[in-house]
Order: sequence, then structure tokens, then C-alpha cells
Amino acid sequence: MATPSRPVPVLFRPLPKGGRLLKHLLLIGFGLVMLYPLLWMVSSSLKPEELIFRQPGLWPSEVTLDNYVDGWTALKHPFGYYLWNSAVVTALSVVANLVACSLAAYAFARLGFPLKKLWFAVMLGTIMLPHHVVIVPQYIMFSKLGLINTIWPLVMPKILATDAFFVFLMVQFIRTLPRELDEAAEIDGAGYWRTFYRVVMPLCLPALATTAIFTFIWTWNDFLSQLLYLNNPDNFTVPVALRTFLDSSGESSWGPMFAMSIVALGPIFGFFLAGQKYLIRGVATTGLK
Amino acid sequence: MADTVAVERRAKASGPVTGGSRTTERKRREARAAYLFLAPWFVGLFVITIGPILASLYLSFTDYSLLEEAKWVGFDNYVKMFTEDPRFVSSLKVTTIYVVVSVPLQLAFALALALVLDRGLRGLPIYRSIFYLPSLLGGSVAIAILWRKVFGAEGLVNAVLGVFGIQGPGWVSDPDYALGTLILLHVWTFGAPMIIFLAGLRQIPSSYYEAASVDGAGRLRQFRSITLPLLTPIIFFNLVLEVIKSFQSFTQSFIVSNGSGGPADSTLFYTLYLYLKGFKNYDMGYAAAMAWVLLLIIAGLTGVNFLASKYWVFYGDSK
Repeated sequence: MATPSRPVPVLFRPLPKGGRLLKHLLLIGFGLVMLYPLLWMVSSSLKPEELIFRQPGLWPSEVTLDNYVDGWTALKHPFGYYLWNSAVVTALSVVANLVACSLAAYAFARLGFPLKKLWFAVMLGTIMLPHHVVIVPQYIMFSKLGLINTIWPLVMPKILATDAFFVFLMVQFIRTLPRELDEAAEIDGAGYWRTFYRVVMPLCLPALATTAIFTFIWTWNDFLSQLLYLNNPDNFTVPVALRTFLDSSGESSWGPMFAMSIVALGPIFGFFLAGQKYLIRGVATTGLK
Repeated sequence: MADTVAVERRAKASGPVTGGSRTTERKRREARAAYLFLAPWFVGLFVITIGPILASLYLSFTDYSLLEEAKWVGFDNYVKMFTEDPRFVSSLKVTTIYVVVSVPLQLAFALALALVLDRGLRGLPIYRSIFYLPSLLGGSVAIAILWRKVFGAEGLVNAVLGVFGIQGPGWVSDPDYALGTLILLHVWTFGAPMIIFLAGLRQIPSSYYEAASVDGAGRLRQFRSITLPLLTPIIFFNLVLEVIKSFQSFTQSFIVSNGSGGPADSTLFYTLYLYLKGFKNYDMGYAAAMAWVLLLIIAGLTGVNFLASKYWVFYGDSK
């Protein structure tokens, strides 16, 4: 009699072939339903205006770039002008966050100082703080300083490391690096500053990449602050400019609005494709969105 | 060679060579360096965060419009909110419904998909990316604009329904359905919690499942007795995070209703009403009071979540 073979754990037993195929079919179907609105927006942006709502299908029977041409010039400035404004705000925010948050994170992760535990707890507390609690006084402050319609209200908080999420992310990351490296650098005569930017920062590249990508996406998408602080069409960024489409064109010109929405989503989509690894890892380890 | 130089330099830098004072001097130097590294953060903490929090507490007891001096009115703003302002009450109701319905739904989808994708399914990275993409885009103005059109009277949904001969309502312009479309938009962004769930599932040792199946436990039983309990800390984490986040949703409600919260205030989120009060009516004292109520609500919800977690969240070491 043959000895009974050990049972394969139920969860690992491969599904029967048909079952596996069914699972994939269901997943693909579900994915299609989820992405359908996005795909529909892309295809609609390529259709002549009058066809958009008569065809729920994806394949345009007639392809035209008119919507892009019309949308690009529909507002006070060509759309590229708003893209540039957004790019400036976003680039400054990314640089500011990288520098300010990593400086603070190094101190929390590696240096001893009085009341460290208290300040660390305060820093964690500010992560949970709803932004709306501070917007009224912040707005008053920036308006008294005459900084409405400048980029300072948008960039200043980043220069001052108020995105505590990223400080925390980097503290966690630096803590995983072996301390012997710091000590070796110190023996070689490096001060704190040199240790920070010659030893610790180069090893932090993954955390810095996550910070950069998320800062990019959040700033590019951010609507509330830009709506509050930029009221002059000459300073509009992409989200605020897109919003004026709703006012100026009412319900009629959806084609150009879709076209410019796709232009607005383009950079995020690009970063998504390029930085997937860091995005997924960032979400998985810290719960960033 | 280099070593002796370094030691000499350190000796010089740390002054007298008596053991005790050298370490205190070193500590002092380290603390000084730390405060320099933290300088931007400290300035930000006081100027951008703590200062404004206190200022907004003060403003909440005043009548203030940016142009005139603030006038002390005591608890008037808070009393008015709950007794004389039906729009405030309705915004609170709308937001509560939104959070209570959309967060559990979103997490249920996230967990279900994470379970399907777990354990060696081929093509996992592709599926994961597809389901995650909406989370990245979901908060943007462009997607809110799209949503407005997908659920418009002449939108995608009605065009699809039309194929089956059904005449759908104008979803975003009907007070009965408008909030539903925003809930759907939130559920659509289940990818981020899904990834957190996937990471959590990966932490569960496969030996548990092996042991269970040797004991004859079926798939369902394994899920109920192993997966679910071991996943409760992650579910809890996602729950706290999503409740806090969704209570502060703004962009979707603003764009879908074009800044009005309509139709009939059915999409008037709390934060949108706060914005309208503070920055359209310039009733900044009132807006500050609303901000503090929001802070208390969120702190309260988080507290309740933590207290309740004792009864359902399973931490490995507690048994």
C-alpha cells in the first residue's frame, strides 16, 4: 500500500484550470469597468463634439484633434501657460520637501537633543491634524503679508517642513540604516552635516524618491490651496484653470474640457508609469495615499 | 594615519581631555546640530501650524471679516451653528452619510480584491497597478469633471442605460442621487487601501494555513480563523486613515456641484460649507468655529475608533 501523500494546503492547491481562467476573466472584466470612465474620456476627447454623448462606445468613428486645439486656447491664456505655473509650484514644492523634511528626519532619527520624545510626538500629531483647522488664520496671515496671488503661500509651508508625513517616512527609513556607517564617518572626521549629506542621504534614495513622487502628485492635484491663494487668471495653475471651464463654457463644450483634463492628468500618469515601484512601496509601508 | 588625524581633531574640538566634560561638550554639540537641522521644521511648527491653530481658536469666538477688527462674541458662533443654521446641520449630515457609507464600502472592495490577488496569482503587478491608478487620480479636478459628465443627464451612464432602453435620471442634478455619485467616486479609489491589505496579507506566515489545512479546515474556515483576525490591525489602520481623510473631502463636492453644494445642498460637504462661509461670505469667525468643530469631530472619531479597537482588533501577543 502506498503511503498517503501529505495533503497540499487548500489555499495553495492550484485551482482547476477552468477556475483560474475564470478568476482572470473576472478580474479583467472588473478592471475594465473601473477604467472605463477614463478610457471613455480619452476616446471622447478625440471625437467631434456632437458625437460624444451619442456614442457610449470607446472606438471613435471619426477622429479629430479639434478638441485639443479649441481647449488649448479657450481660456484667457493658452493652456501651456497654466501648465508652466503648475510646474513651477510643483517643482519648488518637491525640492523644498526633499530638503526640509530630510533635515528634520535626520535630527529625529540620529541626533540626541533635549525633549526629543516630546517633539517627535508633536510631529506625529501634526500628521493627523485636519488642514482646515489652520486655513482661515493662514489665509489672514498671508493676505496681511500681501502674498495672495504669489506662490509663497503654496511653497512656504513646504520649505518649513510642515508635511510631517514625509518627515516620518524618512525617520523610519533612516532608522533602518546601520549606525556603524555614521560612526565610521565620524571617525574619518566628518561632522554632522557631512555625515548627513555624504553618508545618510545617498542611502536614503528610495525614501527620497517616494517623497518626491508623492509631493509631485499631491501638489499637482491640490485644489483647495490653489483656489484660495490664486485669484488672478495670470497666476492660475492647472486645477484652477480647469475649474473655470465649468463657469465659462457651461454645459456646452465638454470636448475641449475633456481634452484639457487629459492634458492635466498626463504628468501624473507619466509619474505613475515611471515611479510605480516607489509608489506601491510607499503606500504599502506608510499608508500614504 | 587618517585615524590619528581624526582623533587629534576630535580632541581639539572637544576641549579639555577630562572624560566627563568631554561627553557633556559632545552632547551639547550634538544638540546644537540637531536644532540647526530642525530649524525649518520648528519655524513651520510654530508659524504655519500651532500659531494658526490657536489663532483659529481665538477667531472662533469672534465676529471677523478680514476688513474690520475682530469683535468678541463668546460662544455665539457655536450656538448659532447648531440652532439657527440649517445649512450647517445639513452639511454635517451629508458628510456623515458620505463617510459612513463610502468608507466601509471602499474597504470591503479593497479587502476583497486584495484576497483575490494574494498568493501567487499570475499578472499580480499589472492588476495591482490598474486598481491603484484611480487612487492617484481620484482627488483631481479633472476626474471630478469627468464624474460630472459620466453621471450627467446626458452622460455615459445614461447612454449605456439607453442601450437597454432605460431612461436614467440626471444623477448629479437629482438631490436623491447626487451624493451617491460622490460615494461611488470614493469607492472607486479603493486601490490604496488594497495595497496596504496586500502588504498585510504577505505578513501572515504560510505555515498557519498549512497547519490549518492539515487539521481539515476549509478555505472559508481558514479565512475566518486565520486571515481575518490577523488582518484586523491593518483593517483598523485603514479605517482610521480613511475616516479622517474622507471627512475632509473637498474637491469632488466643489467640482461636481460647481461650488454650490447643490442640488438642494445634497452634496454640501462640511469643508465646502466652511469654504463658502469663510472665503465667500468672509464670515471668518464662523468658519474658524466650524474648523474647530471639525477638529473635535475628527479627534472624537479617532478616539472612538481606538477605544472600540480593543474589542475587535487582534494583536498577536494579546492571547
